[in-house]
Amino acid sequence: MRHAVRVPRGSLAAGTASVLAAVIATLFLLLLPAPASATPTPTPSAGAAGGTGETLQGRLVNEGEPLEGVTVTVTTADGDEVGEAESDEEGAFVVPLPEAGDYTITLDEDTLPEGVAIREGRSAEVTLPVAVGQQRNVLFPLGEGTRNVQGRLDRLPTLAVEGLQFGLIVALAAVGLSLIYGTTGLTNFAHGELITLGALLAYWIYGNGRLPFLLAGLLAVVAAGVLGGAQDRLLWRPLRKRGTGLIAMLVVTIGLALFLRYFFLYLFGGSSQPFRAYESQSPIGLGPVDITPRALTSMLIAVVVLLAVAYALLRTRIGKATRAVADNPALASSSGIDVERVIQVVWISGAALAGLAGILLGLAQQVSFQLGFQILLLVFAAVTLGGLGTAFGALVGSLVVGIFTQVSTLFIPSELKNAGALAILILILLVRPQGILGRAERVG
Amino acid sequence: MDWGLIITNALRAMVGIDTVVFALAAIGLNVHFGYTGLLNFGQSAFLAVAGYGLAITVAEFGLPTLLGVVIGLLSAVVLALLLGAPTLRLRADYLAIVTIAAAEIVRLLYRSVSLSEYTGGSDGLGRFSEGFYSINPFSDGRYGIGRVSFDERVTWALTVGWSLVLLSCVLVFLLMRSPWGRVLKAIREDEDAVRSLGKNVYSYKLQSLVLGGVLGCLAGFVYAWGRAAVQPDFFGTETTFFAYTIVILGGAARVLGPVIGAMIFWTLLSLTDNVLTQAKSAGYISDAILTNFEIGQVRFMLVGIGLMLLMIFRPQGLFGDRRELALDAR
Repeated sequence: MRHAVRVPRGSLAAGTASVLAAVIATLFLLLLPAPASATPTPTPSAGAAGGTGETLQGRLVNEGEPLEGVTVTVTTADGDEVGEAESDEEGAFVVPLPEAGDYTITLDEDTLPEGVAIREGRSAEVTLPVAVGQQRNVLFPLGEGTRNVQGRLDRLPTLAVEGLQFGLIVALAAVGLSLIYGTTGLTNFAHGELITLGALLAYWIYGNGRLPFLLAGLLAVVAAGVLGGAQDRLLWRPLRKRGTGLIAMLVVTIGLALFLRYFFLYLFGGSSQPFRAYESQSPIGLGPVDITPRALTSMLIAVVVLLAVAYALLRTRIGKATRAVADNPALASSSGIDVERVIQVVWISGAALAGLAGILLGLAQQVSFQLGFQILLLVFAAVTLGGLGTAFGALVGSLVVGIFTQVSTLFIPSELKNAGALAILILILLVRPQGILGRAERVG
Repeated sequence: MDWGLIITNALRAMVGIDTVVFALAAIGLNVHFGYTGLLNFGQSAFLAVAGYGLAITVAEFGLPTLLGVVIGLLSAVVLALLLGAPTLRLRADYLAIVTIAAAEIVRLLYRSVSLSEYTGGSDGLGRFSEGFYSINPFSDGRYGIGRVSFDERVTWALTVGWSLVLLSCVLVFLLMRSPWGRVLKAIREDEDAVRSLGKNVYSYKLQSLVLGGVLGCLAGFVYAWGRAAVQPDFFGTETTFFAYTIVILGGAARVLGPVIGAMIFWTLLSLTDNVLTQAKSAGYISDAILTNFEIGQVRFMLVGIGLMLLMIFRPQGLFGDRRELALDAR
C-alpha cells in the first residue's frame, strides 16, 4: 500500500523531465529544413529607434485581413520627408521619427490592393502631433467600397487550423497554470511572465543565429524550468511555510507580474523582434488550408508534448501523485506522498511548458516583453472554462478558446477577437460555473 | 540636483489630480476588497465606463455635462450588476478572473477601430470638459502656498475632486458603522455564518459591488475632467493594480486608508521619478544603466516589488488592523 503511492526521490522526476526533453529535441529537429524558404528581410519594426523612441505606427487591416506591402510616407510640418515604411505581413508599419513635433503621414493609395480604398469622407493624409517618447498610433479607416474577394466559408478551414495552433499553444501554458492551481491553490497571475521568459531566453540564446534554433529552444525550455523551480523554492515555498493566505499570495503574484513585466521591458526594450531564420515563410497548401511550415511544426511539437504530459499524468508515479495532491493534499500527504516534492516537480514542468508556449508563440507572432501578458487572460479563460485545477479540462478549454478566437474573426473585427473569447468565458460561467470538465461544488 | 524642485513636485503630487483619482478608485475598491472581501480586479472598468459615458455623451452627442454624469453613474451600476450576477455565487477567485476579463473587454471595446466613430479609438476623446470648466468659480491666476500652486483650472478640478473624496469617506464611514456595514464585514469573515443567520449574502455582495463601483466611477469623472481627455489605455489592468497597492498600503478596511495610501503612493512615485531624472541630467547615472525613456519603467517595477513586500510582510498596511485581513478563499 505504502509502496503504491510513494514517490521515489528524484529518479522519476528526472526521468519524466528527460523524456520530455528528448521529445522536444526530436521535434525541434523538424524545424531544420524550414529556413530554406526564409528570407532575412528586416521588418520595419526592427529598426524603430529614433531620437528618444518617437514613432508613428499602425496596422492596416481590411475586414480582418492584414494588408501587406502598402507604403506610408511621413513628412514634417515643413514638408521635409522623414521616412517611409511598407506594411509587413501583419499589416503593421512603423516609421521612426527624429524628434517630437507635428508630422503628416500619407498613405499611398496606389499601393493598396485592388478593391480596397480609404473609407469615404476620410483622408489618406493625417497630420498629428507626436509627444516626446510617444509611439503614436495612426488609423487609416479602410473598407468601404471593397469587394470581398474570398467567401466566408472559404476562410473557415484556415482559420480553424490557425485556431487549433493557437489553442495548442494556450494549452501548453494552461496545463502548467492549472496544475499549479490544483496542487497549491495559487491563482498565479505571474504565469504570463513565465511564458514571456521562455520566449526571451530563446531569443537571447539564439542571438540571431549564434546557435541552432532547436538547441536554443531546448536550452530556453530547460532554463525556464529551472527558473520556475527556483521561483517556487525562493518565494512560494517560504510563503506556504508561513501559512500566508491564498488571497494574499494571489496579490503577491500580481506584484511579481508587474515587476517582471517591466523588468523585461527594461532588459528587452519596447519593440517586437522576430526569430530571424523563421521570420517570413510562404504558406504551403494542404487541401483547403494554407499553413506555414513553422506553424505545422509548432503544432506537432505541441501535440507530442501535450501527449507526453497526459501520459505522465495518467501512467507514471509522479503523475499519479500529482493528481492525488491536486485532489486532496492532506490525504495525499497522509498516504505517504511527499507533497513538497510534487509541487516542485509541478513548478519545474509547469514553467518549462509555459516557456515552450512562449517560444512557439514568439515564432507565430514576434517576441516582445508583454507576449505572455497578452495571452494570460486567454490562458485563464481556458483554465476556468475547463474547470479550475483539472489538467485535462485546461486542455479542452484551451482548444475551445483558441479555435473560438480565430473563427470568430469571420463575424467580428479581429481586434476584438480576444474580447469575444473573454465574453464567452463569462457566459459559460453563467450556465456551467464549474467549467466544462469541473465538478459541481456548492459555494453560495 | 535641484532638491527644491524635487520637493515641490512631490508636494504637488501629494494633492494632485492623480492622487484624487486613485484615492476615489481605492475608496471604492476598499468597499469591495477591504470591507466585503470581494476580489474585484476590474476596478479600472468602472473608471472607464464613467469617463467614456461622460465623454461620449458630451463630445459626440452634444448633450449637457450633467446628463453625461448621470449616464456615467448609471453605466457603473449596470456594469456592477452584470459583473456580479454571474460570479458572486462562485468561489472568490472566479470573481477575480471574471472582473479582470471584463475590464479588458471594456478597454478593448473603447480602443477598437470599429467603434472609433464614437470612442476615438486608441487616441480617445477630448473636447467634453467645457461644461465643467464653464462653472469654474476661480478667476484666472495661481492658487496655493508658495511654489506648490496650481492654475485656476486645476484648482477647480482639485476642489471638486477632494470634495468628492471627503463625501465618499463620510459615506463609507457612516455606512460601515451601520447594521448594513456590519453584515458586509461579517461576510468577509465567514459568509456561511452570515448565511445561517438568514441574511441574503448574494444580495449584500451585489450591493457592495454596486456601491464600490459607483465610488470608483467618480474617479473616472475626475480623471476625465482633470486631463480634459479620456484615453483607453489608462483603463488597463495596471490602474487596478495601482489601486490595490494603495488600498493595502494605507490599510484595508480603514475609512481614510485609501486616501492616505494614495497620497503616500504618488508622493513616492514623484520622488523617484524626479530624483532619477535629476540624477541623470546631473550625470550621476549613465545611459548604459538607465536612459531617460526607461525612468518611467522604474515606477512600475517599484510598485510591483512594493505590492509584493507589503503583502508578505505587512498585509495590514500602515494603518490597518491585521485581524481585519484574515482573508482566505477555498
